[in-house]
This record gives sequence, structure tokens and C-alpha cells, in this order.
Amino acid sequence: MPDTSPQSSHSLELSLGSSPQEIRAALDRVRRALRDAGWDDEARGTAELVLAEALNNIVEHAYGSAGDGQIRLSVVTRGRTAELVICDGGGVMPGRRLPEGAPPRLDVGTQELPEGGFGWHLIRRLSDHLNYRHDDGRNRLEIRIRAEGEASQD
Amino acid sequence: MQLTVTDTEDPQIIRVDEGRIDAAVAIQFKDAVREAVSPATARVVLDLGAVEFIDSSGLGAIVAAMKGMGQGQRLDLAALRPMVDKVFRLTRMDTIFVIHETVDAARDGRGS
Repeated sequence: MPDTSPQSSHSLELSLGSSPQEIRAALDRVRRALRDAGWDDEARGTAELVLAEALNNIVEHAYGSAGDGQIRLSVVTRGRTAELVICDGGGVMPGRRLPEGAPPRLDVGTQELPEGGFGWHLIRRLSDHLNYRHDDGRNRLEIRIRAEGEASQD
Repeated sequence: MQLTVTDTEDPQIIRVDEGRIDAAVAIQFKDAVREAVSPATARVVLDLGAVEFIDSSGLGAIVAAMKGMGQGQRLDLAALRPMVDKVFRLTRMDTIFVIHETVDAARDGRGS
């Protein structure tokens, strides 16, 4: 039966270990899923970056040096909107809320230039909506991303 | 981590032969650039034309590589693809580095 809905829906669920290598593999699968959903290069790049930053934060901060944590990721796209849900069993966000994501200052000497601290700034700039909960020892982060421009038809 | 020095001096041009500079390779990338940089050249250009994806860890690695250079040395960037360019603009790191549209423009010393 042909898909007659104006905004077809695609979904992907996966589970990954908290390592940069597993993040790479997960991002690769999300990139393919978004391509199948008709997202263009720019929109895929935006979603991939937001997801990379969120997952890197879980590996580096929520799980920290305990490198064997599990992360569950679900991606649901409806037309040009993607809903990402990331769950992990790592440490709670400081203050039980998302970082403000103020950009690090650059008006400093060369040797003082920041080498990190950009992650939440990028996530907040590129996402449409964020929601964070910590219940029963688990973090749940919801991110909505909207593809800008026209979705490609191929 | 594969880097290739395509021009040895004035400026030295280092091509990054990797599609991604992310958390999985950030440390190796920083170390490899530091090793590849010639102490004798005033200007070093990182050719990012093959890099399709960078995250904030990769961005931090480029900053760290720049900090590791000698006084009087400068690190420029060239041939940023759209997604990489976006990361530099959103973090305003495009105000810290001289970014050349192409490697040829970097060779001529022109800014973007």
C-alpha cells in the first residue's frame, strides 16, 4: 500500500556502550536513517552534531571514567522534524537540569583559549526543543530537531 | 590518524586525510598535528577539505594543536566543508583562526 500520509514517519532504536567508538557507529546508523527519511546533507549534519555532543557528554560526564555504561537511543522522524530520546544510567546533571550552554569566552590570550565547553552551546543553538528528566537513577534527554529548508526528494 | 604534508614551507600545508575529527580521534589528531608541524615555518595551514564532520572535541583538538605551536607561528585553516564551517561559526572560533576558502588561497596568504 502506498504511503499516502503527508509526513511519513521513520524510527530507529538502538543501544550502545559508552565509548567514542560506539558513538561513531551509532551516528553512522542515524545518518543513514535520516537519509532514508529524505533529510538533506545540511539537516543530517545538524542532527548528527547535536546527537554527537549529547552522547559525548554522557560518555565524558554522566558515566565519566566508569566506561561500561549503556545508552539507549531512539530517533523518530516525522517529515522534517526528528525527535531524539537518549536514556542512560549515569550520574545526574548538576542541579538536575540542563546546562545553560553559555559560549566560552574567546577574548582571552591564545594559551587561555577554550578547548571544550562548546557542547551545550551547540546543542541549544541547533535544537528546537529540549527536555531533561532524572527518574529512578536514569537520565532521559529529549531533543527535537527541525530540518531547515526543503527536504530533499531522493 | 592520517595527515599528509603537501607543502613543506611558506606556508607549510598539512592535509587531514580523515573524514571525521571527533571524540574518538581528538587526542591522536592533536598529537599528529603537533608532530607534523615544522618548527621552521611561520605559517602552517591545515587543509580540512576531506573532513566532513567535526564535533566540539575535534574543535578543541585544533585549538590545542594551535596552542602547541611556537611563538611567532600561526595556524590557518583552509577548505572547510559546510558542516565544519558551521561549527566554527556557531562557536565563533572563526574569529580566532584565519580561514581560507581554498588551499590555493591559503598558499597565496589571502584571508577568506
